[in-house]
Amino acid sequence: MRRPALFPALTLIGAAAFFLIPLGATLEFSLRTAGGHGFGAYGDLLKQHQFWSTLGLSLRLAGESIAAVLVLLVPTAYWVHLRAPRLRPLVAFLCVLPFVVPPIVLIVGLLGIFRGAPGWWLGSPQFLVPGYVVLSLPYAWFSLDAGLRSIDVRTLSEAAHSLGAGSLRTLSLVILPGLRAAVLAASLLTLAIVLGEFTMASLALFNTFPVFVAYVGQTQATGAAALTIVSIGMLWAAMLALALATRARGGKARA
Amino acid sequence: MAGVVLSGLRREFGSFVALEGLDVALAPGELVSFLGPSGCGKTTALRLVAGFDRPTTGRIEIDGADMTRVPAAKRGVGMVFQAYSLFPTMTAARNVEFGLRVRGVARGQRARRALELLELVGLDHAAGRYPHQLSGGMQQRVALARALAIEPRVLLLDEPLSALDAKVRVQLRDEIRRIQSRLGITTIYVTHDQEEALSISDRVAVMRAGRIEQIGPPAAIYGEPETPFVAEFIGTINRLEARVVDAGRGAVRAGEQTLELPAARGRQAGEAILVLVRPETVRLGASTNGHDVVAAGEIESATFLGATTRVRMRTPLGPLTADVPSGTPSLGPGAAVSASFPADAARVLPL
Amino acid sequence: MAVVEQTAAARPAFAAARRRLPLAWLGVAPFLAFAGLFLLWPAADVLVGAFRTDAGGLTFKHVGDLFQAQYLRAYRTSVELSLLTAALGVVLGGVFAYASVREGTPRVVRAVVTAFSGVAANFGGIPLAFAFIATLGTVGVVTGWLRDVGIDLYAHGFTLFGFWGLAITYLYFQVPLMLLVVAPALDGLRREWREAAESLGAPGWRYWAHVGLPVLAPSFLGAFLLLFGNAFSAYATAYALAGGSVNLVPILIGSVLSGNVLSDPHLGQALAFGMVVVMAATTLLYALINRRVSRWTR
Repeated sequence: MRRPALFPALTLIGAAAFFLIPLGATLEFSLRTAGGHGFGAYGDLLKQHQFWSTLGLSLRLAGESIAAVLVLLVPTAYWVHLRAPRLRPLVAFLCVLPFVVPPIVLIVGLLGIFRGAPGWWLGSPQFLVPGYVVLSLPYAWFSLDAGLRSIDVRTLSEAAHSLGAGSLRTLSLVILPGLRAAVLAASLLTLAIVLGEFTMASLALFNTFPVFVAYVGQTQATGAAALTIVSIGMLWAAMLALALATRARGGKARA
Repeated sequence: MAGVVLSGLRREFGSFVALEGLDVALAPGELVSFLGPSGCGKTTALRLVAGFDRPTTGRIEIDGADMTRVPAAKRGVGMVFQAYSLFPTMTAARNVEFGLRVRGVARGQRARRALELLELVGLDHAAGRYPHQLSGGMQQRVALARALAIEPRVLLLDEPLSALDAKVRVQLRDEIRRIQSRLGITTIYVTHDQEEALSISDRVAVMRAGRIEQIGPPAAIYGEPETPFVAEFIGTINRLEARVVDAGRGAVRAGEQTLELPAARGRQAGEAILVLVRPETVRLGASTNGHDVVAAGEIESATFLGATTRVRMRTPLGPLTADVPSGTPSLGPGAAVSASFPADAARVLPL
Repeated sequence: MAVVEQTAAARPAFAAARRRLPLAWLGVAPFLAFAGLFLLWPAADVLVGAFRTDAGGLTFKHVGDLFQAQYLRAYRTSVELSLLTAALGVVLGGVFAYASVREGTPRVVRAVVTAFSGVAANFGGIPLAFAFIATLGTVGVVTGWLRDVGIDLYAHGFTLFGFWGLAITYLYFQVPLMLLVVAPALDGLRREWREAAESLGAPGWRYWAHVGLPVLAPSFLGAFLLLFGNAFSAYATAYALAGGSVNLVPILIGSVLSGNVLSDPHLGQALAFGMVVVMAATTLLYALINRRVSRWTR
C-alpha cells in the first residue's frame, strides 16, 4: 500500500533547499565581478601562483597521508580480524580516541612534543602527515572495519591458504579486491580531512591549501567564494570517482 | 466467529497480474490453506485480506461487512508473519500485551491475559525473555499468542513455519491447528508445504499464477485432483500419457500397452488423456485379481526413504514409480519385476 | 597406544595456543607504536602539562585558573552550542534520513542523498564559513531575498557571526553526519514490525512511539554523542565566523597557542584538559544511558 508520501517528500525538499541554497549563494557570489557577473574571480584565482603551490602541497600531503593510513591500517585491520579478534576492541578504541580527544588537543600535544625534534623535520610539511593520519584514524577504521566484516575474512583466507597462498599474497590478491570500496572510502575521507584541515597547518605555520583559503577569505570575498566552489568541486569529483569505482565492481551475487 | 468472503479479488502491479480474480468463501471457524509455489499469489491475497495492500478490483467481506477500504489497524484481523515480527525491545509478555495496550486495556488485566495466552502456547515460563533470547519456534508461538490476544475475527498466517527446523515445524503445526479449532477462529493459512496444508486444513485452495485451481477438503485434493498441476503439486504421482481407444470399455493405450480404466469410460475416442496413479497404490509382484492393471517392468532405481522405498521402473506403459514398504527383497537395479495397481485407482484427466 | 597419541597431539596444540597470544600482539605492534607515539603521547603530554609548572613541579594552579568567569563562560557556551547542534542534528538528521531510506522513496534519491552527505559531512572549516557568509552574511543572498520580502534580519538583531549563526552553520555538517551514521540502523527497521503493529491496531505514531524509536534509541544515542563531540571540537568554522565574538574553548586554545592574547602554554594545556574532561564525562553519561536503552539486545 502506498503510504501517503507527503511528509517525507516535504522533508526532502526542505533539506534540499537548506543544503543547496548556500552552495548556490556561494556560486553566485563567486561570479560577482565589477561589471555584473563573470568568471573574473576564478580567473584571478587561477593566475595566483600561491593557489597552485598550496594546492599542490596539500594534494601531495594528502597522497602521503592516504598512503600512510592504508599501509598502517589495512594490515592491522586484517590481522585483527583474522588472528587477533580479541584485540579488536583495543584497536577500535584507539581509533575512536581522536574523536573523543578533540583534534585541537592533539595538535597542541603534537606541537608541544615535537618542539625538540630535528630541525629538518619540523621545517618540512611532512611534519603534518602523522597528525593527518591520526585525524583520519576514526573514519578510516570505520570504513575498513565495516568492509572486513562484510566479506568473510576467515573463510576466504583459509581457502587461499589451503590453495597454497602465503599471507601477503592472500592479502593482496584475495582480501584487498574485496575491500576496494572500503579502501576507497577511507582514502576519500583522508583526502577530505587533509584538504580541510586548517588548525594544525596554520598553527605550525605551513602554507597548505586551507591556510591559503583562510588568507584569501580575509582579503577578497569573491575570491573566497570561488575557492569554496573549487574545494567542493574537488570533493565532489572524488566522491563521484568513489561511487563509480564501487559500482563497477560486481555487486552481491543474485540468488 | 466471522466468515470471510473474497469476491473477484484482483491485484495488478503495473502490467503484472498477481491475482486474477479470486473467489472464495470461508465459513466461520474454518481453516483454509492457500497452497502453491512461489509467486502464485497466495501471500498477495493474504496481505489484501490483512489490509496491507489494496486490491485493484474486488471485495473483501468479513462477517458480512465490506472491509475493502478499511485500514489494516481497524480490521480486527490477527496476523502471524513468517519471521522477525516480534518487537525486539519488548519481552514476550509485553509483545503479547501490545494489542491490548493499544486498545487501552488496564495494565493488570492485560498482563493476566498475556500470561493466559502464553500458557496456551506453552511459553508462560519465558514471559520475561526478549525475542533474541528465544528460539525460532518459540518466537512464532509468541507471535501467535500476540495475534490471538486481540481476539481477532480472522486469523492470518503467512508461512509461519517456513523458517523453522523440520521437527519443530511438525510439532508447531499440530499445536496451531489444535489452538485454532479450540478457539474456533476463521483462519487463512498460507504455505508452500503441501504436507502442512493437508495435515491441518479443513479445506485446501491450490493456487497457481494468481488463480485457485482447486479448492476442497485435503482428501479430495489428494485423491481427486482436477487438473494435472494439482495432481503433480500434491504428493508424487505417476503421470502416463495415453489415448482413448474404446470409450465404451474405457480402454486406453498408454505407451505400448492397452489397459481398461473405469475412469476413461464415456470419453471421446481418440482423445489424448493423462492417466494419474499414486505410487502407494502401485504394488510389486504378481497380481491375481482381475481388476488390476499389470505391467512387466525393469527396476531403474530404489531409493530408501525410511518407512517406504521409492522404486522407479521402466514399463511398457512408461516410467512407473511405486512406494512400497521398506524391506521388500529383490529390489536391485536391473531386476525384472511385475507391477500392478487397481484399475479404479487411476484418475483420468484431459491432456 | 591411543592415549599416548592423544596427549602428544594435545601438547603441540597447547604450546601453540601459548605461542599464539604474544604472536597476536606482534601483528598490531606497528599500529600500537604509531598510536602510542602520535596519539597517546601528545594527548598525555597535554593532559599532564596542565598540571605542571615551568620549573617542572606539580600544581593545580592552571586547572584552578579555568574556574575564572571568562573560561567557565567559554566552556558553557561551547557545551551549549554542541548540545544544541547535536540535538537538532539528531532530530532533523533522523527525519531526513528516514525520508531518504524508507521504502517508498526511489532508490536514486537515497544514492544522491548519501553521496551528498558524504561530501557535506566533511565540508567544514573555512569554506563552509564562506558559503554561509555568502548566504546569510550582511550582503548574503538569502539576507537579500528576505529584505526584498520585508524582513531585515540584521535589523532584528540576527547576525551570522554570533551563537545562532554558528549553530545554523554547524547544522550543515551535523545533519549529513547524522544521516550517514543512522541510515544503516534505519535499514534495520523491519517491515514486519510496522505491519504487525498495524494489524494489532497501532498505526502511524503509535508504531514509532512503542516500537520504532525504542529500536533506534541506541543508535540515535551514539549518534548524539558523535555529533556532540564533533561540534565541541570544531575549530576552523568557529574561528572564521565568530573568532572574536563568541567565546568558545577551541578558539581560546587557538589564541593561546598563537600567542595572540595570552601565551601561557600551560593555560592552553589546562583548557585542553578541560575539554577532555567534558568529553569523558559525556562519554560516561552515554555509556550509562546506553546500558539502559540497549537492555533488549543483551
